[in-house]
Amino acid sequence: MTIKLGVPSKGRLMEKTFDWFGARGVSLARTGSDREYAGKVEGIDGVDLVLLSASEIPRELAAGRIHLGVTGTDLVREKLGLWEQQVEVMAELGFGRADLIIAVPQCWVDVDTIDDLDAAAAAFRKTHGFRLRIATKYHRLVREFLRENGVADYQLVDSQGATEGTIKNMTAEAVADITSTGETLRANHLKILSDGMMLKSQATLFRARKAPMDDAERQVLNALIEKMGM
Amino acid sequence: MSEKAIIRARAQQLRARFEAAGAVVAETPVLQPAEVLLDLYGEDIRARAYVTSDSLLGEQMLRPDFTVPVVQMHMEHGAEPARYTYSGEVFRRQEEDTRRANEYTQVGYEIFDREAPAAADAEVFDLIGQALQPLNVRAATGDIGLLLAAVRGLDTTDARKAALERHIWRPRRFRALMDRFAGRVEPPASRLALLAQDAPMQSGLPFIGLRGPEEVEARIDALREDAGAMPISQGQIDLLDALLNVRETLPFALEQLRDLAVDMPAITEAVYCLQDRIEALDKRGVKVDEVEFEGSFGRTNMEYYDGFVFGFYAEGRADLPAVASGGRYDALTKVLGQGREIPAVGAVIRPEVVLQLEASA
Repeated sequence: MTIKLGVPSKGRLMEKTFDWFGARGVSLARTGSDREYAGKVEGIDGVDLVLLSASEIPRELAAGRIHLGVTGTDLVREKLGLWEQQVEVMAELGFGRADLIIAVPQCWVDVDTIDDLDAAAAAFRKTHGFRLRIATKYHRLVREFLRENGVADYQLVDSQGATEGTIKNMTAEAVADITSTGETLRANHLKILSDGMMLKSQATLFRARKAPMDDAERQVLNALIEKMGM
Repeated sequence: MSEKAIIRARAQQLRARFEAAGAVVAETPVLQPAEVLLDLYGEDIRARAYVTSDSLLGEQMLRPDFTVPVVQMHMEHGAEPARYTYSGEVFRRQEEDTRRANEYTQVGYEIFDREAPAAADAEVFDLIGQALQPLNVRAATGDIGLLLAAVRGLDTTDARKAALERHIWRPRRFRALMDRFAGRVEPPASRLALLAQDAPMQSGLPFIGLRGPEEVEARIDALREDAGAMPISQGQIDLLDALLNVRETLPFALEQLRDLAVDMPAITEAVYCLQDRIEALDKRGVKVDEVEFEGSFGRTNMEYYDGFVFGFYAEGRADLPAVASGGRYDALTKVLGQGREIPAVGAVIRPEVVLQLEASA
């Protein structure tokens, strides 16, 4: 008889989410030791707090194991096919902002646009005998973007962290990653393509379309929506 | 009989027709090395094919089609000329449309022959058409060879022609390039700024990564050359558009293309090829005045077709995929043949779609 709310289990994303709900009269808190992933909800009855890794929340929403979840738009769009049929956007929370971009070395003075990247990729393949490598963990989003923009002769190489370092390490020629200020990119001598903005992401409250709900649970959800002013 | 068994039986019947036409049965593994397919189709294939891997062999793909393994098999130890047939499942990811099958059967017929390309084109088209005979299907054809010839014949730099040729299968990109090369769209401000610099390579920025200074410099040289090139004339663009917009039955299309060839002599040979093909089709008894020709047909398919292309579609069933499709892929044999090549043409039928149409007939 409870609905489950999935929230990132640590860091700024968790704290800001707690603040956002708190400002609307629903207090979320972790309980027990700070190593234990348990939480409580005050200010409304019938809501369970589930603490999860932000990257697992899209999957849990899709499976209907949680009814509501807070995570980044980037993760939902990357991990869920036909995402709009699986989840509904309830509220954009206004923090955790990040842009998914493509960046190349600053020394590539000849490359500023996607068009340039495509031309550079064609020449690169001729010179080196393999397709220009773009390091990313956002395989689906990047591939879709590059297909829509008609880029050929590239390959995606997986990079789950320290992506900006792959170029210096010669394991990639370009990167596709999220950035909020661009500082790490600049520190690694990279620049953002001027028309390479793939997605503007922020922390978002999603509702699982397929999570089963009985009447009592539906009432809880409606009460929460009303309280949150959504 | 289970549904699978019914499909398999129908596929066997179709394959038997092709065996009777002289084709040898080809068997290919379901798991294909991913690298070959990725190098051929580019990263886009990942969105359409299932990729799996193990720690020894690396990335493998569940075969998204038979053409590549059949070509490889032929290039390794095939006698010439050769005809092959096969039937089996192919696997395609369908992440944007759950109604489309992600596992379905293809029954194919492929000809490797140096002597008579028009006759081979007609043979494949006719055999497929005959196999679909009782069904209410419509045939559409095109010719990527005509487009390639038109692009190669443009009055512009080799670099521009190469860029257009590379994107012939990406219509949006192709159009954007045409607009740029025709001077209808200004180059981006960043490019103008770069070309205005006396010594763009003296940026003082540290070089990192594998793409080195000589590559950056070579591209700047190419951009300078391009900036100095004359725009492609409006007349040439209109001709290319006219070619792309041809939409007629085969005999009328041929007439239109002959007219276009007067102003676009580069396509003359390709138009003769089309004429030979129409004659070969006619000789085999195909009703050529019922077959459509579309100038831009086949541009959004897989990019290995480089000549004759065709598809058979169920009339009034836009919800169904093509019942059969195929084309000529001479260049593919060159890419996979490691120095050798042979003209090739082939097509596949989808028995699941055939059964659906037969059930609703």
